Amino acid sequence: MSDPSVTQDLIHGGEGPAASVVSASNKPRSLWQDTWDILRHRKIFWISLIMLILFLLMAAFPSLFTHKNPDYATLAKSMEPPSGEAWFGYDLQGRDVFARTIYGARTSIIVGVLATLLTVVLGGIAGVLAAYYARWVDSVLSRIGEIFLGVPYVLGAIIILGTVAPAQSSPDRVTIMAVVIIVLAVLGWPILMRIARSSVIQAKHQDYVQAARALGAGPFRIIFKHLLPNSLAPILVYATITIGSYIGAEATLSLLGIGLREPVISWGIAIADHTSYIRTGAHAMLFPAAFLSLCVLTFVMLGEAVRDALDPKLR
Amino acid sequence: MAPAEPILQVRDLVKHFPLTQGILFKRQIGAIKAVDGVSFDLHRGETLGVVGESGCGKSTLAKVMMALERPTSGSVMVNGKDITKAKGAELKRMRRNIQMVMQDPYTSLNPRMTVGDIIGEPFEIHSEVVPKGDRRKRVQELLDVVGLNPDHINRYPHQFSGGQRQRIGIARGLALQPEIIICDEPVSALDVSIQAQVMNLLDRLQKEFNLAYIFIAHDLSVVRHISDRVAVMYLGKIVELGGDNQIYERPSHPYTQALLSAVPVPNPEGREARQRIILQGDPPSPANPPSGCRFRTRCWKAQDICAKEEPLLQIRPGTDHPSACHFAEALDVVHSQS
Ligand SMILES: Nc1ncnc2c1ncn2[C@@H]1O[C@H](COP(=O)(O)OP(=O)(O)OP(=O)(O)O)[C@@H](O)[C@H]1O
Ligand SMILES: [Mg+2]
Repeated sequence: MSDPSVTQDLIHGGEGPAASVVSASNKPRSLWQDTWDILRHRKIFWISLIMLILFLLMAAFPSLFTHKNPDYATLAKSMEPPSGEAWFGYDLQGRDVFARTIYGARTSIIVGVLATLLTVVLGGIAGVLAAYYARWVDSVLSRIGEIFLGVPYVLGAIIILGTVAPAQSSPDRVTIMAVVIIVLAVLGWPILMRIARSSVIQAKHQDYVQAARALGAGPFRIIFKHLLPNSLAPILVYATITIGSYIGAEATLSLLGIGLREPVISWGIAIADHTSYIRTGAHAMLFPAAFLSLCVLTFVMLGEAVRDALDPKLR
Repeated sequence: MAPAEPILQVRDLVKHFPLTQGILFKRQIGAIKAVDGVSFDLHRGETLGVVGESGCGKSTLAKVMMALERPTSGSVMVNGKDITKAKGAELKRMRRNIQMVMQDPYTSLNPRMTVGDIIGEPFEIHSEVVPKGDRRKRVQELLDVVGLNPDHINRYPHQFSGGQRQRIGIARGLALQPEIIICDEPVSALDVSIQAQVMNLLDRLQKEFNLAYIFIAHDLSVVRHISDRVAVMYLGKIVELGGDNQIYERPSHPYTQALLSAVPVPNPEGREARQRIILQGDPPSPANPPSGCRFRTRCWKAQDICAKEEPLLQIRPGTDHPSACHFAEALDVVHSQS
């Protein structure tokens, strides 16, 4: 019987320097490292990142960009076109359009970010529960999600906002923002649930989850230590894109007169207030509209750049 | 060498995966019979090799024994207690005694955890085993035991090679000092030269800690050196069970003989002398196995009785170990007696 000796040779000959190779170059590397390498070489990523930083600065420190008071109105200057004194001109009530556009960034970004956070929390919890417990929990949550998705977005918003904050009412700043945020999240969570669900299902079938279960790990540890950290990437990407689309949705609701309203300063309100003056004084609407589009674009581009970098099929 | 008292007793284990149709109201239209009536014992310090083609139910058997899947019927007694019926704290305690090493070292370690966290996780889950302050030291000792540098405790899995990752998986399995370790094809994802190192490590650990192994492989040559006994599986059933020499030198089931004839032979005379048995066709679907003997559709000995009557796993005339074939007869395929 000669075969064992062959293995013996291999065993003794093999145990040595070959066993201590630790190199990052030829072995699979972490997801984030690869993603970063791809992103670094993408123009679109850097453009959207710079724009994002600009918008965030605007939202956090509007006084860096303008020293004017956005609420200061001089009726005599109503609808005056752009000039050296007021770069974007004056709006219907004689307020500085540039100042109002800068200050509007804060509202839009707060609404977009908070509504997205709420969406991620609601959709994320539902998705993780559906994926982890499967069976009837999954069926029930998925069906509920489908019901919400079945309602057209604007229709759903009109119904809820029309009931909670009808067009003629004038709720205070915080209340109306909170209501709009909740409406956006309530109508948007099912898409996030689907994304979270499918990425957790994918992680759930990995061997390391089986290994953790074999060690006796409970649901809490498995979800927070193993499933979530490994399914976060697609959720983050979708969330970034969602911030952009929520900023657009907030403007749509304001335009319809059921979203944010005075005294809140927002791009959507500025657009809504001046739609009927588009021929005589387009500046009052076009500048906020341009900022709105750029801001939506920034988040969508950033999200898509990261998504493409994460997508193994594109490598 | 094996003492009388088995630490693992598997009895009539069955695992069927239901095949369902419909989205909201699922109805069962059949079942995949992944494991279909498997029984065997495992003794302290012993290695049982489990061999069979891909899809014959080896991993499913391992998962049921690890209580990761619920069996359709049957029992798995670990030190006299049925792990398939255990729940909660009792199940958790039983898990300390039976651990596993997985096949793929690239998916069996969480990429977001450091090696220290991965090997230390058993101690976090079973916090009574090692006091908090000593855990890091224990992890470093474990790294040392499996031949890794204890200073690499803060590295991530992707910074290691396949063989090193498998050592990390082995260290995790050892952490709770189990008596039984189930190795599900632990080397099949590794390079041949690294395979030998990992096998050698498993061998050394077995002697050091008096471990009992269930060693799963799809190829008889891999289990040969490490196994005391070997079970050959075909479509969810054990078709032959015997001591290492009984299986390798006197295989009596045609399927075992076919598997053995495919094993590479190191000495040239053996290569000349042995006959190759080439099986025709693919294994049938486990959702719809053949009647009677499941191997009959690919067997050159098949007669009418094979379709009618299922051959039981038992010692038959002319053989010295259990075989599930109506026409079992010992045949030296490898011609390796020395
Ligand atoms: N969760 C599951 N649901 C349905 N069918 C399954 C499931 N797990 C395994 N099976 C089926 O059970 C059969 C046995 O699978 P198993 O993974 O146990 O085979 P195996 O012997 O480990 O094969 P391999 O050598 O490829 O690892 C296969 O037909 C497989 O498709
Ligand atoms: Mg398998």
